[in-house]
Amino acid sequence: MSNNLKSESRKLNFFYGNVHALKNVSMPIELNKVTALIGPSGCGKTTYLRCFNRMHDLYPHNRYEGEIILYPDNINIISSGIDPIEVRMRISMVFQKPNPFPKSIYENVAYGLRVRGVNNRKILAEKVEKSLRGAALWDEIKDRLDKPAFDLSGGQQQRLCIARALATDPEILLFDEPTSALDPIATSKIEELIIELKKKVTILIVTHNMQQAARISDWTGFMMLGELIEFDRTDKIFTAPSEKLTEDYITGRFG
Amino acid sequence: MAIFDEELMRLKEMILKMGAMVESSIKDSVKALVERNDGMAKTVIEKDHQINALDVQIDEECIRLIALMQPKAGDLRFITTAMKITTDLERMGDMAVNIAGRALELNKEPILKPYIDIPHMSQISQGMTRDALDALVNRDKKLAMDVIMRDDEVDDLKYGIFEELISYMVRDPNTVSRAMKISFVAQYLERIADHATNIAEMVIYLVEGKIIRHMALPEE
Repeated sequence: MSNNLKSESRKLNFFYGNVHALKNVSMPIELNKVTALIGPSGCGKTTYLRCFNRMHDLYPHNRYEGEIILYPDNINIISSGIDPIEVRMRISMVFQKPNPFPKSIYENVAYGLRVRGVNNRKILAEKVEKSLRGAALWDEIKDRLDKPAFDLSGGQQQRLCIARALATDPEILLFDEPTSALDPIATSKIEELIIELKKKVTILIVTHNMQQAARISDWTGFMMLGELIEFDRTDKIFTAPSEKLTEDYITGRFG
Repeated sequence: MAIFDEELMRLKEMILKMGAMVESSIKDSVKALVERNDGMAKTVIEKDHQINALDVQIDEECIRLIALMQPKAGDLRFITTAMKITTDLERMGDMAVNIAGRALELNKEPILKPYIDIPHMSQISQGMTRDALDALVNRDKKLAMDVIMRDDEVDDLKYGIFEELISYMVRDPNTVSRAMKISFVAQYLERIADHATNIAEMVIYLVEGKIIRHMALPEE
């Protein structure tokens, strides 16, 4: 890996109350690359992802140990001195199922900006268009921006959620199984979009779909029982992994 | 996926590059023999490692694409075809090296006879190679069949050359060493045509999804 890091976790541990969900996970996240996390259900990959925008702060008894460093500032984003709202502005998340707000297409994208106090119509309109273009959705919906977001198809809704995440110019985009609720064509569009987006933003994606990780990521981490078993270039992981556990998992011989 | 299409295009370009290198090695090796040019023969031998390197590179690329892109249908056939074709191309490069080796040896001795059929064989084999690769790129079944048909012509030429050289050897034992080497060259060229035929057969598989190796040719 080059020294061009956007982020990295160092000996990251996470506890849901007494449950030790992440164990000493140290992993680099390279700038403007796609890093994928794979592993069986319950391995901790979503828990890991959620640490990056402090989602776990929403529940009591959750506890972080270790560091997640964000570059170039070199700050530890899970330290108690850092405001989680600030972190979420810089690190956005797209969820498994499209979850647009019950608002118009336009307002969905404008929402994050309005919350941040942007009210200038011209600036809002420009940002909304730029974000929708960035999410490869603009051409399909530019004539019906005032229509409810729920009128869109599942794949379009997911791209709307990506546009919403892009509106605040995040530095890292987190994807949690972004295509598991979509059909193959919509999935392929999102995958192409992710590859396109990495030119501007660093991407960390959790996926059950190993083929998806293979297709779109530059780096792959394989997790099991809260530990990072192997981390390497994606082509290495899928052609000649170093760990037998990884090999067993990706060839479907697990357990 | 658009990205995948770009990768397939790049793979295709790598195969064409390897094909062009092999073709020029064949041409130069025979030229080195006919024109008694040691320098050219040595160049063919020295450049072979570039062909070998491309062979490895294409194989690695194919393995990567299969592992990461899960190719299906026509894409899968193209990638598996590419892997087999490079083996043939690499062997053709080795044959050119062998021809260059015999050229270096023959160039040290007096000319046995002017070379007429050898350049002819070489031309046909080169044409077959070029057309087999064109057929691959354009998924042209008709051109591939045409290449397969031309193989007999090369076989006939080889046997003609063998008979002629045997008659030299029978008449004058002093010609045996040279005549043997020339017949080796004819054999190498015939093998090159066989490899071009293999490539053409793979093109048929690529287009139709049907493996036609080891089958009698259909009646035209």
